[in-house]
Amino acid sequence: MKPRDLTDLALRNLREAVLRNALTTLGVAVGVASLVAMLSLGVGLQQLASKRLSQSGLFDTIFVTARNSFRGPGRPQRQTVSDKPPRPLDDAARKELEKLANVIEVYPQIRFFTEVRYNTKPYATVVAGMPESSRNSGAFDGMQGQYFSSPNANEAILQIEFAKELSDKPSSLVGQDLVLRYAERQVIPAAGPDSGANSGDMPGGFSVVPKELRLKIIGIVETEPAAGYGGYGNARLLMPLQTASTLRAAQVNDLRDIVRGDTPSDKITYPSLSVRAKSATHVEALETSIRNLGFNAFSLLDASKSLRTFFSVFDLLLGIFGSLALAVATLGIVNTLVMAILERRREIGVLKALGAADSDVQQLFFVEAGVMGLLGGIFGVAFGWLLGRAITFGTNLYLKRQSLNAIELSSVPWWLVVGGLAFAVLVSLVAGLYPASRAARLNPIDALRYE
Amino acid sequence: MTDTATAVQLDRVSRHYHMGESGVRAVDEVSLSVATGEFLALLGSSGSGKSTLLNLIAGLDRPTSGAIHAHGQNLASLSSLDLARYRRNTIGMIFQSFNLLPRMTLEENIELPLRLAEVDHAERPSRVREALERVRLTHRLGHRPTELSGGEQQRVAIARALVNRPKILLADEPTGNLDSATGEAILSLLRELQGGLGMTIVMVTHERRLAEHFADRLAVMGDGKLISISAVPKGVVE
Repeated sequence: MKPRDLTDLALRNLREAVLRNALTTLGVAVGVASLVAMLSLGVGLQQLASKRLSQSGLFDTIFVTARNSFRGPGRPQRQTVSDKPPRPLDDAARKELEKLANVIEVYPQIRFFTEVRYNTKPYATVVAGMPESSRNSGAFDGMQGQYFSSPNANEAILQIEFAKELSDKPSSLVGQDLVLRYAERQVIPAAGPDSGANSGDMPGGFSVVPKELRLKIIGIVETEPAAGYGGYGNARLLMPLQTASTLRAAQVNDLRDIVRGDTPSDKITYPSLSVRAKSATHVEALETSIRNLGFNAFSLLDASKSLRTFFSVFDLLLGIFGSLALAVATLGIVNTLVMAILERRREIGVLKALGAADSDVQQLFFVEAGVMGLLGGIFGVAFGWLLGRAITFGTNLYLKRQSLNAIELSSVPWWLVVGGLAFAVLVSLVAGLYPASRAARLNPIDALRYE
Repeated sequence: MTDTATAVQLDRVSRHYHMGESGVRAVDEVSLSVATGEFLALLGSSGSGKSTLLNLIAGLDRPTSGAIHAHGQNLASLSSLDLARYRRNTIGMIFQSFNLLPRMTLEENIELPLRLAEVDHAERPSRVREALERVRLTHRLGHRPTELSGGEQQRVAIARALVNRPKILLADEPTGNLDSATGEAILSLLRELQGGLGMTIVMVTHERRLAEHFADRLAVMGDGKLISISAVPKGVVE
């Protein structure tokens, strides 16, 4: 038979026992829906985790330090064979790093421990400068208030825990002023021969001058963005990086450099620079290039790989649970088609008497199973998507009550739609195998005699 | 074995069934030849094997032994797919209970063999109309079989059997479910098709009177064997 005739006859047969076939199709739809909903949650959670991680900058950022740095990363340094003298991490180095391929930006880490006065009361905290790129990275999504109005504004964003320390009503802080008290570093030139006897040939140093800066609180954020590796501890007061760098606040490496005998100067050297790559895939190559320039480089590469492995296993388990309902639904297809053979015994006999081959009868039942699978698949994918949306909606209602930000819990990518449909049809065809072959083997004489 | 004048040739055809321990010889060593364009009536009581013989000629069943040739084809050597093709293209069949599909309209029932034979969609309406004209049924085509009288249903069944232009028409008790007047009308129609289309007809019946009236020859069966075969005197036919 031609495909058009086969489909036409199959659809006609399905319409004849419309209630039973609709219920069977519904069974397939429920099975597919549970599969799609489960996997959409798995995929959604994976995307959520990946998004959070990429926003944190953990996996696309390389931390660069000077090779003479005492303060290496938290694991043994890779031995590098280099006869070059250690290079300072200064502005020239920063420009060189910016020119490397696949680098979005290079920014220094400015963090210092200091005192903040609010309502004349002192609070100790760590201050961090935020690079301009953090505005668009999504790291400040869902914050209260605003992001910095300009890269050099005298504004502050507070971390929520710190804000709670300052006031019982953190949200009331937005728009208020606070005073940042910090130690400015002022360089003392190296002592000459005319200096006091004690100076001798000692190198110069720096003096620390207390200073104050008035900052306007413009926002409150729940977590500190880029709180990853390389920090001196979680910063609780965030300010624009440019504003922070003009303060010339004394930092940990200043003292270190003095102890090591380096001559301090007005020339800025950075304790570390963060190099942000276009994506995590570029990190490994970039790290090598940075090492070749004569710096130490460190990144968290392997964590994202193990995360993907975890989610693959997670999705597999969800898929298995989701498939159980579909397995039950296939039994429904087998049952429906076997019943149809009994009901349509005479019809099968007539078809054979009129010249239908065994394969024609087999294909007819196959197409009927396939159509039920396809329809069940279409409805199932739609139900599954709706189910995912409903779970997301319910979760967000709960999160809202807990004063937390909404999240996108489920996600139905195109491969899940196509895969869900294909799986439903495939499973239905497998379920149709036995009834179809049984119908094809039916003896026409017995079938025609059957009353 | 066969020439153009012979439509069906049976050579010592047997069909045995096993029922538990004992065997049943439904058809036992039957040899018979049906000429092209001939109207043969197979007579006999219930269980005489006449329907089994008809099913063997129809290619719905295979003989236990012996050979059946129909229009040059040896049915025993055909694969099941070729046998299906033979039923589709060489044979037309009608039944006592009409066997129309109740869920389809009359037109759709008649179109069914065209679907199986993969006849072009464009050609189908004219073929259906042609078959309907032959059985003189041109109204209520959109109705379902149950909305028709028995005689009308059998006409539709004949149209369905004719639509693929077969060479042999096999009729299994075609008047069994009809009153005598309608039965006679159906047999007149068959007789007319035989004459008009040069079609070979093999009809199973137990109504000797009708067989003598319409058939060319009578073959009488009993206990699976062919008991007698005789030509009907021409005067009776007319």
